[in-house]
Amino acid sequence: MNAVGTPVTRVDGPAKVTGAARYSAEISLPGMTYLAVVGATIASGRVTAIDAEAARAAEGVLAVLTPEDLPKIAAEPHLLPSLVGGPAPGESFFPMQDDIVQYAGQPVALVIAEEYEQAHHAASLVRISYQPTRSVTTIEQGRDQAYEADRLFGGLMPARSERGDVEAGLAGADVRVEVAYKMAANHHNPIEAPSTVATWDGGNLTLYESTQGIRATQQTVALLLGLPIARVRVITRFVGGGFGAKAMVWPNVTLTAMAARHIGRPVKLMLTRPQMFTSNGHREEQEQRITLGAARDGRLTAIRHEKLSITSPFDDWAEPATGVSSQLYGCQNYLGIHRLIKGNTMTPTFTRGPGESLGVFTLETAMDELAYQLAIDPVELRLRNHTPVDPFGNPWSSDGLMECLRLGAERFGWSERNPAPRATQDGEWLIGTGVASAAYPIAFFMPPQRARARIFADGSAIVQTSTQEFGTGVLTMATQVGADALGVALRDMEFQAGDSDLPNSTAAVGSAGAGMVSSAVHAAGTALREQLIALAVGDEKSPLHGAGPASVNVADGHLTSAERPGAVDTYRELLSRNHMSDAEALGTWRPPPLDTPHGLLTFGAQFAEVAVDPELGLVRVRRLNGAFAPGRVLNPLLAHSQLMGGMLWGMSQALLEGNHMDPRYGRWAETNLAEYLVPVNADAPDVHVDFVDVNDELVGPLGAKGVGEIGQVGVAAAIANAVFHATGRRVRSLPMAPELVMDPAAGGQ
Amino acid sequence: MRPLTYSRAGDVQHAIALATANPASAFLAGGTTEVDLIRAGISQSEHLVDINELPLREVEDQPDGGLRIGALARMSDVARTPSVVERYPAISRALLLGASEQLRNMASMGGNLRQRTRCAYLRDGVSPCNKREPGSGCAALDGFNRGHAILGTSEHCIATHPSDVAVALAAFDAVIRTVGPDGERAIPFDDFFLLPGDTPHLEHPIAPGELIVGIDVPGAPIARGSIYLKFRDRQSYEFALVSVAAAIEVDDSLVTGVRIAMGGVGTKPWRARRAEAALVGRPANETSFRHAAAAELAEAVVREHNAFKVELAQRAMVRGLVHSLNRSQS
Ligand SMILES: Cc1cc2nc3c(=O)[nH]c(=O)nc-3n(C[C@H](O)[C@H](O)[C@H](O)COP(=O)(O)OP(=O)(O)OC[C@H]3O[C@@H](n4cnc5c(N)ncnc54)[C@H](O)[C@@H]3O)c2cc1C
Ligand code: SF4
Repeated sequence: MNAVGTPVTRVDGPAKVTGAARYSAEISLPGMTYLAVVGATIASGRVTAIDAEAARAAEGVLAVLTPEDLPKIAAEPHLLPSLVGGPAPGESFFPMQDDIVQYAGQPVALVIAEEYEQAHHAASLVRISYQPTRSVTTIEQGRDQAYEADRLFGGLMPARSERGDVEAGLAGADVRVEVAYKMAANHHNPIEAPSTVATWDGGNLTLYESTQGIRATQQTVALLLGLPIARVRVITRFVGGGFGAKAMVWPNVTLTAMAARHIGRPVKLMLTRPQMFTSNGHREEQEQRITLGAARDGRLTAIRHEKLSITSPFDDWAEPATGVSSQLYGCQNYLGIHRLIKGNTMTPTFTRGPGESLGVFTLETAMDELAYQLAIDPVELRLRNHTPVDPFGNPWSSDGLMECLRLGAERFGWSERNPAPRATQDGEWLIGTGVASAAYPIAFFMPPQRARARIFADGSAIVQTSTQEFGTGVLTMATQVGADALGVALRDMEFQAGDSDLPNSTAAVGSAGAGMVSSAVHAAGTALREQLIALAVGDEKSPLHGAGPASVNVADGHLTSAERPGAVDTYRELLSRNHMSDAEALGTWRPPPLDTPHGLLTFGAQFAEVAVDPELGLVRVRRLNGAFAPGRVLNPLLAHSQLMGGMLWGMSQALLEGNHMDPRYGRWAETNLAEYLVPVNADAPDVHVDFVDVNDELVGPLGAKGVGEIGQVGVAAAIANAVFHATGRRVRSLPMAPELVMDPAAGGQ
Repeated sequence: MRPLTYSRAGDVQHAIALATANPASAFLAGGTTEVDLIRAGISQSEHLVDINELPLREVEDQPDGGLRIGALARMSDVARTPSVVERYPAISRALLLGASEQLRNMASMGGNLRQRTRCAYLRDGVSPCNKREPGSGCAALDGFNRGHAILGTSEHCIATHPSDVAVALAAFDAVIRTVGPDGERAIPFDDFFLLPGDTPHLEHPIAPGELIVGIDVPGAPIARGSIYLKFRDRQSYEFALVSVAAAIEVDDSLVTGVRIAMGGVGTKPWRARRAEAALVGRPANETSFRHAAAAELAEAVVREHNAFKVELAQRAMVRGLVHSLNRSQS
């Protein structure tokens, strides 16, 4: 009986619903103190004075730390995505090293008190004087300073991608479509606020941290504090969502460790919801433009894709937006460009469906316009442009786009669609449907991944690696994979994670978590099984003595061999006969090289039905259908939840989520969950998820491509295309707020 | 959170005495507004007088067919009281479309009327705001003002009054009953909400220590066919972009009586008296409704991000009148 592929319910479910699961903010240690961060209220300038007298005098206050009191960091942070496996500061900047203010919300003082409320009250009493300088926080303000970036992502990726001759391709096209969009910034808003507990024992630091990457946290804090990595331990049992906000390591973690060292007691930091808008990055405000050239039969002859976005003073960060548009469809001539404006914000960061989700939005709404211009069915147009190879001529590691489009169309009832815009009505509502392809790149930037498997004399087993559970179900999935690899029943296997002392695995970002963890766990379980099989066939007392190792099969802890019908050994008996209390093995998975000769995308297709009240501009999504080809589905229940959650994220991106800078102050206008809108249950439509089976032998031993991002990609485009179908009008900004969707006043405006 | 002191009142006079003794005190009902504002550092109260034990939770029938709603009646209880549902469906509906079920279980009717604007500049604690710091200016005028008011504004404040149920109560001429150090008062609904003018920090004509004890809603047969519609970005748990309470009476296709109030567009719960005046005696059809809506919004003052509300409010009002007309005819 294989556990992999079955809908096992979450192993941590009972702990979560009973409250037994401990999140970082729930860790209590003897002598705990509380940290409150005072953030700058200006976006650019200098701190000229800090008056902390009243704060120091307030009840319970142990210390107020200003840049003068804070030690200097041991090394300058350099932004590098945590997937690479090294230190991963979210920005190439560390606050409170001098009096310079680079962005609003930047920490400028710290208050440590006996109680949380005391710390926050005292923080409100710290008086800070500033000398502000002119700030740039919106694209509008900085448009004339835009420059073409050279490389992105801490130098990891080129900012320009080019092939063929795009201008010639456009000039020679039968038809051209050009679309341009403004996209508001997004904030992740996981429900758990980032929280850190720091405690020192001599020169050893332990951090309880809400992170998507405990090893990244360990290495970053060690680097900044000048500690040996071995002296820093990070423990993360449960994380209440991340979505990218916890993918990189932000200054507040190291500041907490500094505060704990200063005060000589454990320190707990829990960021407030407003602080979450200035402490852990965001999806940057951006504009995207795509020009498509096509032949009359719909085949693309050229794609030009440009992104303009705003970054921090210190990093060339843009979520890469052209990784999918450059390869999703067959097209000879392509140009993708990222342009940046240096602004007074913190460095933006990964946000679910990083970069590509808005890149695909732009591409797939342009494809819809092309379909209408050519009077070709939008599904058919995409099928016609499908390519079996990537731009370098390499075959996809696995494909599935056409199958997803076809299956999705069938399940959705696409063939019954009347393509005419504004032709379907239901009372006060106009009804529209839309489609978009979905794709997300797979990147093998990570170092080798390791896990350890261990079996005890009673037959119970554990498998361990230093990942963390942030709601994706990794604990459950890895238990299933470990049980199958070792050949024990699910009830005998426990997966342990959440501690940097365990074997290395890299931050769970970019949809890579399931692939990395499952591959490492599989390797460890397999290594241990092979070790035990070798022991059995070499053991004179084993019924399997002398059998060929390859002939031995293990299930539920029972070893059998095709060569020895009827003969059975068990792990328990094997270990006790050999006077072993346990056995263990380390397993390593080495990702394929970066230049593997394969195209690497995960594919899907999204379909949406919307109802639009054209007078009032309301858009209500009635149905979402997604069909995905994520390779091997390790646990259909978990995969379904991940994909459904992603699809709702996409809906949110289309209709609700957007933050705005007030350029006068350089502060975000929306800093709580009443102002920054995300969908509520009442907004959730019927969501239907289908899987298309594809076999992928490249991405890892289990062939899992990941489901974290792909569900989110393409949804917003499908909804925007449906809104066009319903109303006959294209909305050129995200989110599509009612004022943009409502029919203009009679007589026009 | 600032250090606070707390006391619990046993009866109305006790509550008033406790609150008057400390000028920096506030009554604590459900706490869903007050505790938020203390946490955000906006409310300056240092002492909380808990009034939850006062016997002000009932909804009572009045001889004129109206209702007397206790100040401490919970939003969720009032919304489901049969006499409210039958006689003032708009009030019930407005309550159910506000906040969330959890909040409505805590939140009181008196507290609801005194909730403060959601203007983010008031709540951020640093931007210029004449409500928070009189004379400091109004960041919303040239700021991000999508949610702000277009009616009843001044050069000093354009904040929207956020309550839903207050809109329905405004339509039916409710009266706020208070008891204060100087005795009892009955304040007409419209007078209870002050326009910002040049004193936006003054929101209600209420003396320190003056306690709302109840809300009287006079009998109004027209209200039995009333509706409340609320339009917003998402389907629930959000304040209104625009909302409308409406009730209409028609005789021989002519409007004989009409009540209209709007939320989300005014600095106070906005009784649309101009629209009402424009409708009485006119044919009950969409043309008249549109004409009336235009009359009401004629004096709207818009800012950069809220100009759309002029058109949206008119369409919402027409929609509301059509719905109440359908209801009165069914
Ligand atoms: C997330 C959220 C969403 C919301 N959404 C909506 C919505 O969609 N629509 C809507 O209408 N409302 C909404 N509200 C507001 C909510 O309805 C009010 O907070 C609630 O009605 C206040 O009642 P309370 O009893 O909790 O008041 P409290 O917080 O206890 O008091 C509020 C204020 O009134 C004063 N006060 C209370 N009772 C009296 C009294 N008897 N006499 C004199 N003064 C008194 C208090 O001193 C305080 O200043 C929302 C609130 C939240 C937090
Ligand atoms: S609109 Fe009113 S509440 Fe908002 S900032 Fe201006 S004065 Fe303050």
